[in-house]
Amino acid sequence: MELLLEGLKKAFEMILTGNQEILEITLLTLRVSITAVLISTLIGIPAGMFLGLARFTGRKLLLAIINIGMGLPPVVAGLWITLFLWRSGPLGDLALLYSPTAIIMAQILVSLPIVTALTSTAFQQINPKLILQVKALGATKFQLYWILMKEVKLAILAAIIAGFGRVIAEVGAAMMVGGNLSGETRILTTSIVMEVSKGNFDIALALSFILMTLAFIITFSLTYLQQRKRSL
Amino acid sequence: MKLKHFLPFLLILVFAFVTGCSDTSTKDAGKQPDATVKSTEKTDLILATTTSTQDSGLLDVLKPDFEEKNNYNLKIIAVGTGQALEMGTRGEADVLLVHAPAAEEEIVKSGDAINRQKVMYNDFILVGPAEDPAKVKGLTVPETLKKITESKASFVSRGDDSGTHKKELELWQKSSLDPKSLGDAYIEAGQGMGATLQIASEKQAYTLTDRATFLAQKKNMPDTEIIVEGDESLLNIYHVMQVNNEKHDKVNAAGSKAFVDYMTSEETKKIIKEFGTDEYGEPLFFLFE
Repeated sequence: MELLLEGLKKAFEMILTGNQEILEITLLTLRVSITAVLISTLIGIPAGMFLGLARFTGRKLLLAIINIGMGLPPVVAGLWITLFLWRSGPLGDLALLYSPTAIIMAQILVSLPIVTALTSTAFQQINPKLILQVKALGATKFQLYWILMKEVKLAILAAIIAGFGRVIAEVGAAMMVGGNLSGETRILTTSIVMEVSKGNFDIALALSFILMTLAFIITFSLTYLQQRKRSL
Repeated sequence: MKLKHFLPFLLILVFAFVTGCSDTSTKDAGKQPDATVKSTEKTDLILATTTSTQDSGLLDVLKPDFEEKNNYNLKIIAVGTGQALEMGTRGEADVLLVHAPAAEEEIVKSGDAINRQKVMYNDFILVGPAEDPAKVKGLTVPETLKKITESKASFVSRGDDSGTHKKELELWQKSSLDPKSLGDAYIEAGQGMGATLQIASEKQAYTLTDRATFLAQKKNMPDTEIIVEGDESLLNIYHVMQVNNEKHDKVNAAGSKAFVDYMTSEETKKIIKEFGTDEYGEPLFFLFE
């Protein structure tokens, strides 16, 4: 228990004294997670919309695969990405292993199925009569999609929040493909693992408080955006 | 209705943030061929090494010094010695700093590694609970292991094919004992040294560790003590070696040679020799003189 207080104290100390290294690690964590979620969102929402609205053969199988993808263990994602990025692997010439880009790739791999699957579920719940009605009123394809998107915006934001939660909590893949390199690919979760293995529990706790605060602020903002329109 | 207003706004905000951050970080990584910063571009050099060199903090000291003297961006991948050697044989690393002499000789023989040089040593120690349930304090290594198996005291093994794990298996073998005879009392952690020590401390078990990691962890485990030390069979020798660029064409040959030269230079030796004396009152690594 004493350790908890000590960790909290240390966290404040680190933030107040503007510890350069912590700042760098925190900014990198933000940059990597936000980029990953952004890309997952940009791909996942149209993909989810398509899967939710279109009807084609093999759609159920595809949905099942994406649903399995929601449970894809990050270490598995990390392992696959590592194999691809190895010097001897197909993308070896790009020399991307142990770079922030590699972490972003792994995080997209684990968050894209979540965003896609949750979005597609939302679109599947839309009443088909609404689609008919909108079409009957003479809406163009784009207008139709826009109206439907507004219809499910709560669920879409929920999908983004879930994707972000996955990404910010992720450590196994980031460790594997990033290598926890100081000043390059060290993010909050991997440094927590490292500090624990060094026996510096107070620093690890301090970092965990910073990570939780970060996750809280971002999730809170997203939730706020999600709930703001409820009154209308 | 208002979704129209906030979604683009959010996207712009996020984009601005991301690009704003990426600017600083690429500069940090030193990859920007910016003429005002550095005249020549730094190349990456991947060092595969053991967790003990990282967890003890030695590499935190050596990395900036090496990068200052040589124009490389050193990427330190701290894994178990087994994995580090595997990265060497696959050509995924440029240079190795490891501690499993028998396995190292194999990869030199197979031609995957060249220019293998002795760097430093410290020792392994057998640690265990202060009350010493197996009553082994001060005995020799074979006697200790024998008594541990007889009394069925718990023993935590790294179980991860690391240098320390290889050493532990070698000690059992030399004592003609089978650790599996301990049954459930033989715990295979499959984790790094720090985590393994914590498990041993929680479970009141014995374990084999390198001295550096134990000294770094000791503050968290007041009831764990050194039980056996100083035996010749407990020597822990670190070698540095280049991955053979003739066998693996993507290996940074110049960089790996520079690192081997750096690790064996007089100035580096001085840093290694003094490392740890401030914090622990004793050096963590010793040199061959």
